[in-house]
Amino acid sequence: MGRKLPKVDIVIVGMGWTGGIVARELAQTGLKIAVLERGGPRSTAEDFSVPSIRDELRFGARTDLMMDTAKDTFTIRNTMAEDALPMRKLGSFLPGEGVGGAGVHWNGHTWRWGDNDLQIRSTYLQKHGAKFIPSDMPLRDWGVSYADLEPYYDKFEYVAGVSGKAGNLNGTIVPGGNPFEAPRARDYPLPPLEDTHANKLFRQVATTLGYHPFRRPTANASKPYKNPDGMQLGQCQYCGFCERFGCESNAKGSPHVTVIPVALRHENVELRTWSWVQKVQLDSTGKKATGVTYVNVLTGEELEQPADLVILCAYGLSNVHLMLLSGIGKPYDPKTGKGIVGSHYAYQILNGATLFFEGKAFNPFIAAGGSGEMIDDFHTNPAFDHGSLGFVGGFSVGGGGTGGRPIAYRPTPPGSPLWGSDWKRATAKGYQSAMGLSSSGAVMPNRANYLDLDPTYHNRFGQPLMRMTFDFKDNEIRMSRYAAQVLSEIGKAMNPTQMGPVSGRTSWSVTPYQTTHNTGGAIMGTDPHTSAVNGWMQSWDVHNVFVLGASAFPHNSAYNPTGPVAALAYRCAEAIRERYLKRPELLT
Amino acid sequence: MAGTKIHRRNMLLLAGSVTGAACAPASAQPPALVPTAAPPPAPSGYIFLKTAEAAFVEAVVSHMIPADELTSNGVDLGIATFVDRALAGGWGKGERLYSQGPWKTGTPNQGYQLALTPAELYRAGISQANAYCKVTWGKTFDRLSAAEKEAFLQALSRGQIQLPGGLPSQPFFDVVYQTVMEGMFADPIYGGNRDKAAWKMIGFPGVMANNARNIRTYNDGTRFPARPVGIADMS
Repeated sequence: MGRKLPKVDIVIVGMGWTGGIVARELAQTGLKIAVLERGGPRSTAEDFSVPSIRDELRFGARTDLMMDTAKDTFTIRNTMAEDALPMRKLGSFLPGEGVGGAGVHWNGHTWRWGDNDLQIRSTYLQKHGAKFIPSDMPLRDWGVSYADLEPYYDKFEYVAGVSGKAGNLNGTIVPGGNPFEAPRARDYPLPPLEDTHANKLFRQVATTLGYHPFRRPTANASKPYKNPDGMQLGQCQYCGFCERFGCESNAKGSPHVTVIPVALRHENVELRTWSWVQKVQLDSTGKKATGVTYVNVLTGEELEQPADLVILCAYGLSNVHLMLLSGIGKPYDPKTGKGIVGSHYAYQILNGATLFFEGKAFNPFIAAGGSGEMIDDFHTNPAFDHGSLGFVGGFSVGGGGTGGRPIAYRPTPPGSPLWGSDWKRATAKGYQSAMGLSSSGAVMPNRANYLDLDPTYHNRFGQPLMRMTFDFKDNEIRMSRYAAQVLSEIGKAMNPTQMGPVSGRTSWSVTPYQTTHNTGGAIMGTDPHTSAVNGWMQSWDVHNVFVLGASAFPHNSAYNPTGPVAALAYRCAEAIRERYLKRPELLT
Repeated sequence: MAGTKIHRRNMLLLAGSVTGAACAPASAQPPALVPTAAPPPAPSGYIFLKTAEAAFVEAVVSHMIPADELTSNGVDLGIATFVDRALAGGWGKGERLYSQGPWKTGTPNQGYQLALTPAELYRAGISQANAYCKVTWGKTFDRLSAAEKEAFLQALSRGQIQLPGGLPSQPFFDVVYQTVMEGMFADPIYGGNRDKAAWKMIGFPGVMANNARNIRTYNDGTRFPARPVGIADMS
């Protein structure tokens, strides 16, 4: 088991958004807290300075800030009938690694998931009846309501410096915001980002079509901003190097410039980088954690860190992996439907369309990570009629891009060659004259989609990789087909010179990048038989283990997950501080 | 060298003046702000590529990126040098590839499953592509006519070539195409995109982008007058 270190009160695994939030919120207890981060340290000055951070080859194409698949990865397959094979390089999704986690290289899109998601099962039962929910779709309410989460959403928006416009202030609809959003107590801390040309065109046409466009809310500071902890964010420079990159201006709300430095001001909080946690140790009853074992990657030494409380704050998928490796909770068995850990794994389903406008220049490189105009008419809009369409969940639609880095972004009209002088001409023209439409669709849980330990492949420490069995099911395929139709109609209404093909997705592939919004595997709920953690992210089975992150989501929404990930982390930290530390038992 | 570089503080000042210049009438354009003197000759020679491999890569990059009114050809843009350096370096050696067996073909949805690093894939692919060209046309790829090169690359890109050694042709084409495009559009510091020619071709301004004011000026469909800046210009 390795050398035993002196005991700490709390061990936190992972130093991204959730680890940073929890460390920040628990620091003032004075308890001894050790945060173990498997990657290295990072700072804006050392790691994200211009010009070196604006290197598309290194950070965009070669994913330098992200998980290194040579050391650890997942095995993947679409169905149980296939052999799972390793994801040998990053593609479909990009987990973070190192201090700040994926919070350093996200785009910043920050949404509040409302009761349409949090009470999804009750909502569909009430509106459409039990028959509407397919028998292989284990749809669940989350066990928390929007009212429970509102103060924590608010807190995160003010810590991260989210730019946006309220659409619903305490029940009053505000023009310019999303009229379908759940009511908020106050507006965003910062006004929306500046418009791009693509935003304006999309807004004009969406309005004409009767939709309700609004500027995407995002943690890109539209103005210089000091957050409630006194941390200073710079103003977004619309540099077009946001997602996959760190921000040199500290304009992107990221853990390493907000919660982490505040936590580390406290002497009782210690951050240990290059500390790769392998397992949560349980006592002989299996119902209590005694600490964690980890490898000091710099020396290779295996260490045991005893602790009274263990909080898993790694990437959601890695939290599930650690639970499976540690024997926390009962692993899900898709054949019998028994067990819970690993079940409800979900993803998102995306569609896109490229529109070409002769004579217009979109200057795609002048953009923020959160640039874009959105409509929610097919998602949170209560009048959106799922009944006639026959699918559960919705999709958001947006116009405009978040950068024009040319290794990745080179739109050409349909029928263009792949090389040669005509390719160059098409590329030179398309680069300036194209804009994109996109949709992001929810994915519901399915009994055949799940996570477990791979029987064949191992990581660099000899531990089994986690195996992902996933494909889009009929529900998502129907939704994607409909979303493609919507994009196509909006695209045509925008009257482009040319439009690329729009078609629905039918199957999940690991190859093209889609989204890093992987959810589920350690879901929350009110019933220990159908969930892995309770509403405070506490393991039902091992009460002194808390599991944060999108692994707790019982389904995936159209929205980006960071809003609820952060809100649930704040709610968890408060429950630990105010209740659990006083009486360390199952919270009710 | 010092004369061709711009220090960072000056670049920040420059960024402001670009906006100002754009607001001024066309006749009042200031002189070019980025030095236009011919860059010193790039280092020649290859680290990884053997003679026959270099001939193949040079032929591919200049066929895919021919000289025309937009740019010089792929070799003169440094793309063969880029490919060579990429294959010689960590990426070429598969530094981030999960490389444990067992090895199975898998489904297309499972992505890359060959036991080869990018450099090994390139090397094997060139050898087998040349063998194929010899059987079909009696000469290696670099000696084919433009029409023959085009026919071969078209067929390769569509998965219609059965390489004689059994190497799957699609991953070979994919890695070739990926590196040609990277060499064209990556920062010139990697050896390709010489003189930022590809960025000038499309109007991408490169690494220098403080657009908090530009976004208000250039959000009406008019084109931003990009004067591309690379990492070396600011270092």
